[in-house]
Amino acid sequence: MAEIAAEASAPRPLQDAVIGPRRPPLLAVGPVAWAKTNLFSSWLSTAVTLALGYLIIRWAMGFIDWAFVNAIWSVPVTNGQAQTQACRALNGTGACWAVVTEKHRFMLFGTYPYEEHWRPALCVLLFIGLYIVSAMRRFWRKELALIWIGTLALIGLLMWGGVFGLSYVPQERWGGLVITLILSTFGIALAFPLSILVALGRRSRLPAIKTLCILYVELIRGVPLISLLFMASVMFPLFLPEGINIDKLLRAQVAIILFAAAYLAEVVRGGLQALPRGQYEAADALGLGFWQKTGFIILPQALRLVIPPLVNTFIGMFKDTSLVLIIGIFDLLTAGKTAIVEPAWQGFGIEIYVTIGLIYFIFCFAMSRYSQGLEAELNQHRVR
Amino acid sequence: MTPMRLATLRTLGAAFLAGAVAAPAMAQQPAPAGGAAATMDAVKSRGTLSCGVNTGLAGFAQPDSQGRWTGFDVDYCRALAVALFNDQSKIRYVPTTAQGRFTALQSGEIDVLPRNTTATLSRDTSLGLDFPAVNFYDGQGFMVKASLGVSSAKELNGATVCVQPGTTTEQNLTDWARANSIQFTPVVIERLEELVSAYVAGRCDAYTTDVSGLAATRSAQPQPAEHVILPEVISKEPLGPAVRHGDQRWSDLVRWTHYLLVGAEEFGITSANVEQAAANDARPEVQRMLGKNGGLGAMLGVDDAWGVRVIKAIGNYGEMFDRHLKPIGIQRGPNAQWTQGGQQYAQPFR
Repeated sequence: MAEIAAEASAPRPLQDAVIGPRRPPLLAVGPVAWAKTNLFSSWLSTAVTLALGYLIIRWAMGFIDWAFVNAIWSVPVTNGQAQTQACRALNGTGACWAVVTEKHRFMLFGTYPYEEHWRPALCVLLFIGLYIVSAMRRFWRKELALIWIGTLALIGLLMWGGVFGLSYVPQERWGGLVITLILSTFGIALAFPLSILVALGRRSRLPAIKTLCILYVELIRGVPLISLLFMASVMFPLFLPEGINIDKLLRAQVAIILFAAAYLAEVVRGGLQALPRGQYEAADALGLGFWQKTGFIILPQALRLVIPPLVNTFIGMFKDTSLVLIIGIFDLLTAGKTAIVEPAWQGFGIEIYVTIGLIYFIFCFAMSRYSQGLEAELNQHRVR
Repeated sequence: MTPMRLATLRTLGAAFLAGAVAAPAMAQQPAPAGGAAATMDAVKSRGTLSCGVNTGLAGFAQPDSQGRWTGFDVDYCRALAVALFNDQSKIRYVPTTAQGRFTALQSGEIDVLPRNTTATLSRDTSLGLDFPAVNFYDGQGFMVKASLGVSSAKELNGATVCVQPGTTTEQNLTDWARANSIQFTPVVIERLEELVSAYVAGRCDAYTTDVSGLAATRSAQPQPAEHVILPEVISKEPLGPAVRHGDQRWSDLVRWTHYLLVGAEEFGITSANVEQAAANDARPEVQRMLGKNGGLGAMLGVDDAWGVRVIKAIGNYGEMFDRHLKPIGIQRGPNAQWTQGGQQYAQPFR
């Protein structure tokens, strides 16, 4: 090994003199060495590496052929009817992205009035801006709550309209990505504070509060989200007197908030229990009251401990909002599915699902990466 | 759920609400099943029609690329809105799923449900609904590949058949096979798209669902001529708009709007010639239908010119059919005029 390394570095004496200390031999560190120890260490692993490498390259080439080389990006539209013969002639050898080109506005905004699409588009941008601002630590102060309230109010105003010359758009015309963002953002934003209260309540010494919180958590966790949505959309209206209708989206939203809060409450409780007893006693010794103790000492430490499961639940809830399709609300996934109902576009499901999957992935991956960064930053004192 | 029990539920709910918000006045108002007796007045005073439609079914109700609802069933919403308000935009389309559709109607969230719903005895009675009209006679059929050389479903003994689970489709298939002593091997797949691709890929010899669905699937294939819809129709699926039981005036308007559309076709009145016909047509029934005399519109609770308005804006039954169902390959068949050997028959306007 040493001879080889010496040979490898021998032709570069000049460079070495310039750079200073010599680099370790190329075959001991760096990608080649890594590959040698991990991929080609024995004849068996070499064979497996070669076989898998061949399959991956085959698959990647097939995918590139399908997604880019043979793909059709748009088709002519005559008299409002898309002419999809070119796509059908591909017979699966290439992607028909024309379906996304044609239907992207429907997938993103659903049945929202076409000429007013700038409003939900602006709302999506507002949501993303809100996430970015909330993610930056320099904005973590009391004003952030006001920013949230202001932005959410602005989004409501833009979506509903009816004032400042904006035409009124009833809720059942909303759809697409903006519904997914509304359901998940409001769901998480309202469920999180509720879950903290429930988690604290579950550890309370007052029996009534404790029982109530346990009952709530166990009841909600004991049933699937889909049945809660059914209750909200099918059973609940029957209990109301005739003529009183609570908005369908609001009912689904409340069901999602209740569901998310029950799960988050258990996550938060996990953090509360992981905290050493000494922290509570120290806070008591300082003479802090319950809310001061909880707000300044307990929660900041407890929540920091549970960032991974919290984000796990957030990501899960973000994707669970797609279940509203069973009650006829057009979220991103339902809008995508509805887009391919039209006979001309039937059979191009893969393209639509790949696109929707990509949108979900971008949001979920961003959440996941951000939480990793946050975890590293907040838990620096624990790193040894 | 019986109307009785529904009323009890509602009263309970009302009482609960009243207790919760401490508004005793609400408990005084009983909410009987007939509480919907004034749908027409409610719709008129609200100024919009709430119409429950399918979340997406080719030809019947689907949003187009721009998010506008179109389809055969959607045209019934439009016809009613034109009859009431002379304005097609005064409609709230409420997309409803198969599970949620009847609740939406019972709870008053929607006024009428033109959502390819089969009229059956139990829905008519115990669900508390009424089916004023049948706008599409459908039935379960079979589609096979033309290369199979089969011309009747009775030749399918021993065949594998693709079918969706949990629907009446599966039940009908079993019943029909037993009645005709035929053995089928069902291939049961939940999702429609997978079911169709299984059929196309040859995993089953035949695919069974309602004929309208078969026609839509067939027309979406690259080579529609490679598939044949067999002549046997093994179930009756009369599809029509549903309304709440016990509101006769509203039910009448829905029924006669349908008869207007069908009758107009029978008399050759189209959206193109309706104004001319209203002015010049000498046939007495046409004159009554289009409101020149007889005062029929007023009897329905709309004005006498409703017929002209509806036909001008929407067209007659045949035009609707040609616009939405013909392009996806559905033949008139049982939905032809009674004069053409079909079952669409408008009761007389007099």
